[in-house]
Amino acid sequence: MQTALFIEQLLNGLQLGVMLFLMAAGLTLIFGVMGLINLAHGSLYMVGAFACAAVAAATGSFWLGLAASLAAAAAAGAIVEILVIRRLYERDHLDQVLATFALILIFSEGTRWIFGSFPLYLDIPPLLQGSVPLPGGSRYQLYRLAIIGVGVAVAVGLYFLIARTRLGMRIRAGESDREMIGALGVDIRTLYTVVFALGAALAGLAGALVGALQSVQVGMGEPVLILAFVVIVIGGIGSIKGALVGAVIVGVVDTMGRFLLPQLFTLVMPASQATTVGAALASMLIYIVMAVILAVRPQGLFAVQR
Amino acid sequence: MRKLIAAGLVGLSMGVSGMAFADPLKIGVITTLSGGGAGLGIDTRDGFMLAIKQANNPEVEVVTEDDGQKPELAVQIADKMIQSDQVDILTGIVWSNLAMAVVPSAVAQDKFYVSTNAGPSALAGAGCHQNYFNAAYQNDNFHEAMGQYANQDYKKTFILAPNYPAGTDSLNGFKRYYKGELAGEVYTQVGQTDYAAEIAQIRSSGADSVFFFLPGGMGIAFMKQYAQSGVDLPVMGPGFSFSQDVLPAIGDAAVGAKNSATWSKDLDNEANKKFVEAFQAEYNRLPSIYAVQAFDAANLILSAAAKASVTDKDAFRAALKEADFASVRGKFKFNTNNHPIQDVYVREVIKEGDVLSNKIIATAFTDHGDAYAEQCAMQ
Repeated sequence: MQTALFIEQLLNGLQLGVMLFLMAAGLTLIFGVMGLINLAHGSLYMVGAFACAAVAAATGSFWLGLAASLAAAAAAGAIVEILVIRRLYERDHLDQVLATFALILIFSEGTRWIFGSFPLYLDIPPLLQGSVPLPGGSRYQLYRLAIIGVGVAVAVGLYFLIARTRLGMRIRAGESDREMIGALGVDIRTLYTVVFALGAALAGLAGALVGALQSVQVGMGEPVLILAFVVIVIGGIGSIKGALVGAVIVGVVDTMGRFLLPQLFTLVMPASQATTVGAALASMLIYIVMAVILAVRPQGLFAVQR
Repeated sequence: MRKLIAAGLVGLSMGVSGMAFADPLKIGVITTLSGGGAGLGIDTRDGFMLAIKQANNPEVEVVTEDDGQKPELAVQIADKMIQSDQVDILTGIVWSNLAMAVVPSAVAQDKFYVSTNAGPSALAGAGCHQNYFNAAYQNDNFHEAMGQYANQDYKKTFILAPNYPAGTDSLNGFKRYYKGELAGEVYTQVGQTDYAAEIAQIRSSGADSVFFFLPGGMGIAFMKQYAQSGVDLPVMGPGFSFSQDVLPAIGDAAVGAKNSATWSKDLDNEANKKFVEAFQAEYNRLPSIYAVQAFDAANLILSAAAKASVTDKDAFRAALKEADFASVRGKFKFNTNNHPIQDVYVREVIKEGDVLSNKIIATAFTDHGDAYAEQCAMQ
């Protein structure tokens, strides 16, 4: 039974990691290409979740909701880029942080204005309900396996997009020298809007997928945003590969820490104390890991050469 | 028809409490109207304002401000309300950590504070104050009731709460009355949204039941994931986990869950029937426990104001202490530490047509006070 529990927790960690990757990929792409720190990325995640919940409630189909979440988050991303973000590329990071923080407040209160203050309902689609057997006799939820599958598919898709397509070539060129590709006649403004909308769509997808597991409510994006920042700092800012590795590290370390640390402490102290101390330490664990990694590799694991 | 009844009710209550007070009364409501916890604050405000509207007394003025669930903001608002708005009474705070930041300094400035929800143990025991009245409960109460009720059916319960003061209070309250064995005791992170790791532990622990205290969005996430995981052990929790504000978001997964509270929609008394009807007519939704407690708090304040002027602190304090109002919770009186002595019920989540709600299935405690009253030096 213990091995089964261990495998189950490992899968849980992987699933959390994959979900963080969807967030972190967009964040790191936007930072890598445009040099922009986007605090409002969590709001796009929230937009995705609300769009999915609203459309699923209206039509009864989770899949239509999922499509709507991609469309709504990408549209919100494109609009925000054109109206606000475009003016920030030449400014320093402090101005960017200030403006995108304002966007968080606008998105939050705007969402509350439209949907109200009470959380929305969103359930997993019937097709993905149920569970599959694991080696060792335990069972694992099908929906969480599907999330892992989506994450892997997105990672592979992004790899092909960036390494094999013309758009990917422009994105890579934009990362290394944006003045130069502008001078070569590439429409850099449209490219930026497309990249921003792509990142937003990934965040919206993550929001919709997770919305079925959690509560769809205003402010749901900010805790995930903090974790996503930890991920891209560990992985190396601007690197998609780094985002993937960092996300899996954070997901597995966080889940295993919550599971194993309290048990470890019961070996040396009374049970009720051990659970409190273990839980407290588990919540710090990913930040400790981040500090250690940064001490060894200050640029992150897969630093982008500039 | 509903409007007619509501109008009739308003008219009726005008006749009862529309009398003039000796002096005008100014009340400051500090509550959470933005951010993730806004649902609780909005119910608090709406419940409170319903009572004020029913009283329809031009002598009563209410100012409301949003604390954004931030202690530092709540302290600033309280200072502003006391100094520039010159309120006589403060009320409305939902969260215990905010109450701890605001209440001690407000009562030390000789203002009254009437709590509509938060009831931290520190303010019920050694830190009690003659100007602090709690119209809701002491934090441990709901959890104690669930521990008491669990003794009937369960021998091995898995318990779980967030790792912060109200979370530890919760599990301590549960353990104070629960006699069975614990299959596991887990503290989760505050604001945690994924409970897969904890649910896997529950599955392998050999428990016969689960008790959890996870307020707001945390509880929604836990219940959905728990139902999806296929673990089918019975679930119980304090009423907050299955309150009217979160039930629609949890969905059918909540049906059958046992939870403890001092109030339920079906509680059989005249004041409650009128209240539920009026609240639905006014806001077009069912009230939650937060709305109930705020409604009672407002009526408590109005009952005291009808008897004494708020400028005469001693007389007003004595009038508050009498608790001479028709509580929608039925029986209600104050203990020596100005916290309620009341009945605590066990409810079960049911589905009425399309609407999820609660019904009372048992009484866990009759005339229940709290464990801290004797540490309170005030008499």
